[in-house]
Amino acid sequence: MSKRFTFSVDGKDRTVEADPETPLLYVLRDDLNFSNPHFGCGQGQCGACTVHVDGEATRSCVLPVEAAENARIVTLTGLGTEKPHPVQQAFIDEQVPACGYCVNGWVMTAAAFLDRTSKPSDAQIRDALSGLKCRCGTHMAILRAVKRAAQAMAR
Amino acid sequence: MNTITALSRRDALRLSGGLVVLFSTGVAAADRKGAPDPTSLDSWLAIGADGNITAFFGKVDVGQGLDVAVAQMVAEELDVPVAAVSIVMGDTSLTCNQGGASGSTGVRQGGVALRHAAAQARHHLIQRAAEYLRRKPADLATADGAVFVVDAPAQKVAYAALLRGKYFQSQIRWNGKLGNALGLTSTAKPKAPDQYKIVGQPVSRVDIPGKVMGTKDFVTDVRVPGMLHGRVIRPPVAGAVPMEIDRKSVASIPGVQIVHRQGFLGVVAPREWDAIRAADVLQVTWSKVDPPFPAFAALHDHIRKAPAIKETVDKTVGDVERALAGAAKRITAEYTWPFQSHACMGPACAVADVRADGVTSWSATQKPHFQQEGLAKLLKRPLDTVRVIWMPGPGSYGRNDAGDAAMDAALLSEAVGKPVRVQGMRHDGHAWDPKGPASVHTLRAGLDKDGNIVAYDVMNKGFSRVEVAVSEADPSDTLAGKLIGFPDKPGAGFGSPSDVYEFANRRLAWQCVAPLMPGASPLRGAHLRDPVGPQNLFASESFLDEIALAAKVDPIALRLRYMKDPREVAAVKAATERAKWIDGPPGARRQMAGAHPSGMGFAFARRGDTLVAVIAQVEVDRDTGRIWARKFVVAHDCGQVINPDGLRHCIEGNVVQGLSRAVHEEVLFDQSMVTSRDWSTYLILDIADAPEEIDIVLIDRPELAPEGAGEACTAAIPAAVVNAIFDATGVRMRAAPLSPARVKAALTAKTV
Repeated sequence: MSKRFTFSVDGKDRTVEADPETPLLYVLRDDLNFSNPHFGCGQGQCGACTVHVDGEATRSCVLPVEAAENARIVTLTGLGTEKPHPVQQAFIDEQVPACGYCVNGWVMTAAAFLDRTSKPSDAQIRDALSGLKCRCGTHMAILRAVKRAAQAMAR
Repeated sequence: MNTITALSRRDALRLSGGLVVLFSTGVAAADRKGAPDPTSLDSWLAIGADGNITAFFGKVDVGQGLDVAVAQMVAEELDVPVAAVSIVMGDTSLTCNQGGASGSTGVRQGGVALRHAAAQARHHLIQRAAEYLRRKPADLATADGAVFVVDAPAQKVAYAALLRGKYFQSQIRWNGKLGNALGLTSTAKPKAPDQYKIVGQPVSRVDIPGKVMGTKDFVTDVRVPGMLHGRVIRPPVAGAVPMEIDRKSVASIPGVQIVHRQGFLGVVAPREWDAIRAADVLQVTWSKVDPPFPAFAALHDHIRKAPAIKETVDKTVGDVERALAGAAKRITAEYTWPFQSHACMGPACAVADVRADGVTSWSATQKPHFQQEGLAKLLKRPLDTVRVIWMPGPGSYGRNDAGDAAMDAALLSEAVGKPVRVQGMRHDGHAWDPKGPASVHTLRAGLDKDGNIVAYDVMNKGFSRVEVAVSEADPSDTLAGKLIGFPDKPGAGFGSPSDVYEFANRRLAWQCVAPLMPGASPLRGAHLRDPVGPQNLFASESFLDEIALAAKVDPIALRLRYMKDPREVAAVKAATERAKWIDGPPGARRQMAGAHPSGMGFAFARRGDTLVAVIAQVEVDRDTGRIWARKFVVAHDCGQVINPDGLRHCIEGNVVQGLSRAVHEEVLFDQSMVTSRDWSTYLILDIADAPEEIDIVLIDRPELAPEGAGEACTAAIPAAVVNAIFDATGVRMRAAPLSPARVKAALTAKTV
């Protein structure tokens, strides 16, 4: 049975009617027309659907919309509206994406991680990003970019 | 053959000024025309009234910046800034069939054709400027988007002023071929490499800011007015077909339509989540079929015992059997490789709009022009009423599931009379995509008493890499086509490693075995990045190290004895110098990295005229069997380098994906079905296991033709890693993937 849910996305309040069990991903993509995040696995395994929910990097493909009621949601598009977020800038500077379909997961996860961890070690960066998937094999560029962003954010 | 008609003037004028209109998603295709005429310069280039240049490219970029490299080649010939060149890719109404993404030919063939088109355009512009400036063409040159008088540079005319937003209305010589082989020859020679200002320089990708900011659309983001969402339902046992469908089981889900046509079954709904739910809960009675597959553990034994349906000797020199019989020492080894999945980040997606007056397909296929043919056959429509618009997709490494999705979407759209978007679920991507073939490799060598290789024999035996063809030009090569009765026509092809080492007696041969099942198989063999390269070189480059061990010589020195091409030798030397390789037989570079033994391994790949020498440094955790490929040195010679930045990223991707395939990737199955259905049952390299460093030595040869870089390096990685594992531990791994369990077992067996 459909219900009404209210939350903010990228700073704007939104109300949708949806089955409470609908994953947030489909509400964002199909009802609210956000072309990011992406569907990758539907099982929370890859990260292509990652958004921030109240500041936490969250896999929207397994989060029922009812769990997002009143939440503050930020998508990749909303992360850097005025100018690119330092993580986005670093991903551009390091020319990270190949196909680019996974980039959501890395940028959103890294941004949330760097928010709470300044000057992380290489091992901490690897650990924070572990589990996300990139099939094109841009791993090296991702690590360079996150390190670059960490340095930029520490300044 | 395609109907050849010229691109209309209106199209090109609009195109050169306002590309965005055509490519913004949600715009139904207005123009459905046949392919442009390759002999018309206007089919390749347009110069807008604002001076901006559009190049029409019949290939596609799958995330390696090919479009940027091609823009550099065009900008170079036309003497304009690279930013002034936009590339239109892979739209069948706007581009000639240059074969799509295929065999690392993007720059080598596709880009070179555009280089000639641009040289022809420059020639044409100089001729026009000669009239305009009242000078002889020989007195003129080009710079900054204008033609000027060499001895009076102030006298000049901009290209845009010469063309005034109109067509060239000029010809270019075409070799009469379509696909990868399409070639153009300009009247005027393209520039000499010593004139290059743009080719060879690093240029950033144009698509990256949009991808990182989340504003760039993928095929998954195409929205067409009135579009419905579809899902295709696959059987629980491979080969089963739907017998009975309980429509009531989805009655509570709004707007669901069921599409059932012979073996094809799908659902369509206005809302995506409803289509997903309907596909999940629809009650289907499937036909009873015998489980089609051997037990997983028996896969390679099946290949060993299966009769060859095709056998080819790619190279034979001397008399291998006689030389083997007379050898002082004989060595033989067998290597095995699993089925592997493209396992793209997103399961394939396509949008099809099948209407009475024409068909439009938005697809991330690597080969849009061939998909156009396939859709025309599937839907029984004239070719020139079908338009395929390529969009970037969620990863593309060969003949993946993108073409299958396009056919699925077309059948669903045809059935419901509305545009339909299909995207698979994760299990569709992993379990049902075409697979890189499993194989068994048997190698034999004979040494004389001085340790020279007097006989060398390679037999690669496996499933065909073309059980489904390289494109979906024939519906027989797609799941949807097979399920509605297009007959199978599996091709038989495997391959041999390049003939790099000139042993006096040698034979390189392969055999194909029959597909495991007919029809819509989840284990149908297909091209996966450097088709059969990784498996062949895993065997052949490992085996050379086994020979080096037997001969007690340095494995690189051994190779160099038999390499004849000075470019090959130069690549090997570049890698060994950079890696500070220590001479000695396998095992000589062993050292302890903390608690773990570490070693170095070498492998060499030649793909066409691209040469790659790889040295891996690998640490082995004896307790867990985990290996960490800590460092790679890659010396890479692909002739003329167009964009060193793009090339470095491309090589890094090859290394990491090749490492992933070597260490983790293996399609699991039981006798009924593929059981690798997600990222927990099909592992890939995690970022925690990424190397510490990939050190790339680019060997630029501007005087040579540019060659391909998309695949060659992948093939060398697995052997470099196993050779390093041996160096570290004295254990020879002959079965891929090199999973922790397998490495641990091998280490344990060795120490017992």
